[in-house]
Amino acid sequence: MNRAALALAALAALPFVAGDYYINLASQILIAAVFALSLNLLVGYGGLTSLGHAAYMGVSAYISGWLYLKLGLGHLLAAPLALGGTTLMAALFGMVALRAAGISFLMITLALGQVLWGLAFRWVSVTNGDNGLSGLTRPMPFGIDLTGATAFYFFTLIVSVASTACIAAFAYSAFGAVLRGARDQPRRMLALGHNVWLVRYLTFVSAGFWAAVSGLLYVYYHKFIHPQALGLTNSAEVLLMVIAGGSGTLIGPVAGAAIVVLLKNYVSAFVERWTMLLGFVFLAIVLFMPDGLVPGLKRLWLKFYGTRA
Amino acid sequence: MSLALEIHGLSKSFGGLPATNDVSLAVETGERRLIIGPNGAGKTTLFNLITGDLRADAGSIRLFGEEAIRLRTDQRAHRGLARTFQIITLFPQDTLAHNVVLSLLGLAPSRWNALRPLAARLDLYQRAREVLATVGLEASAGRPLSQVSYGEKRRVEIAMALAQRPKLLLLDEPLAGLSTEERHTLQALLAAIPRDITVIMIEHDMDTALSFAERITLLHYGKVIVEGSRAEVVAHPRTREVYLGA
Repeated sequence: MNRAALALAALAALPFVAGDYYINLASQILIAAVFALSLNLLVGYGGLTSLGHAAYMGVSAYISGWLYLKLGLGHLLAAPLALGGTTLMAALFGMVALRAAGISFLMITLALGQVLWGLAFRWVSVTNGDNGLSGLTRPMPFGIDLTGATAFYFFTLIVSVASTACIAAFAYSAFGAVLRGARDQPRRMLALGHNVWLVRYLTFVSAGFWAAVSGLLYVYYHKFIHPQALGLTNSAEVLLMVIAGGSGTLIGPVAGAAIVVLLKNYVSAFVERWTMLLGFVFLAIVLFMPDGLVPGLKRLWLKFYGTRA
Repeated sequence: MSLALEIHGLSKSFGGLPATNDVSLAVETGERRLIIGPNGAGKTTLFNLITGDLRADAGSIRLFGEEAIRLRTDQRAHRGLARTFQIITLFPQDTLAHNVVLSLLGLAPSRWNALRPLAARLDLYQRAREVLATVGLEASAGRPLSQVSYGEKRRVEIAMALAQRPKLLLLDEPLAGLSTEERHTLQALLAAIPRDITVIMIEHDMDTALSFAERITLLHYGKVIVEGSRAEVVAHPRTREVYLGA
């Protein structure tokens, strides 16, 4: 708890010591962290590797943007409708995807994600096609203007911390323990009276909801949404965040999100072939810390210092 | 006497090869039934059909008077059916107590609680310790399962099954791979199972199995070929022919 409070204090202090560029970078990391944590519910705790998770982030952003632009709804109404609509979509997609597990589950999620990506490209009257939806604004909660980097950072920080707290509660609850049990020994869990399918389904829907939250933050940050947001690249990127950071942990996906966002936005300014560098970083993590950066570092710490960090 | 389990005409084939073929049997409440047969006789398949792990091609299964053939595995567990597996399938990274807690949660509505930390459910962990005490493992409750012996893992399996206070318990070769000393410990445990729990056991160790069982069913090529009391089955020529040897 002390470490969490310390991390929170450091995050809260960031705008007082960093410029707008770094504050915006931190906002992007927080948004990506919520997105990665949502996928981690499936991948890390549920053992269900999805390659279509960007669909939920993207659809939430599209619904919010569309309601704002086409129907003129305020953010106060558009946000819950976007969350509800995306969660409903996850509820429908979950029924299809969870007819399978393993590689088949991965392929179904990929297919469903690509269907939505195709729709976003082709359904021009709704999505504006390849031009995306632009001209969006940020909300003004309690009349607070979020246009500036610092104000938006604090808004993102509050939403991210609240989301992380809820996801942590989920992971450490009885339901979370049952979910991990279903990941490791589904047959045993069935014999013990656990409805493994329903446990996975509810997790799938929850993961969709939290991805939708990150989608709202994403569209508020960029004030723009493009079909690429729900494409395969974005789904693969968030999966890399989870695996590289350490799936099945709370800190792992956050660390993975930080690595990807920093390499993508910061290192790319100095290194032209930054995607190659990203590849090398992941290769190194997979080779030397196959269970991810955070569990790997924890193991190294235990090896050299013999006590818990 | 009421029936805990009633099976009629149960058949299951794999690629045209019958694993169980028109099996019928009835087990009374509180009975100790032994299922024997050579390897490949269909004993574990029969267990998997009873639990719902496998769907039967034909036949009916009545659990405590209720038709169960269409019930899912987890629903059958909620009707009072528990089992152990031939190959141990537990949670090696978790403590013994946590393994038992997962079993306790299986029938508890609180398994759906996604907000309250499980670690705060001291009542569940206390109950898990009590259950582990009944199999002599209370002192190891906090140890990871991966750090205990094979025989102790077998005892944890039985503790997990008993934790649910089942009405019908299926034991699939509970003594397999145990040392003589561990067999004695487990035998004592099996003998102490309350009489209101009906027990059906698959076991190859005939000395132990015969001392435990009241009635025996002999399976061969998926068919029931002999059934009766201990003495009847052991004395039956077909038992000697296909299973015990001359």
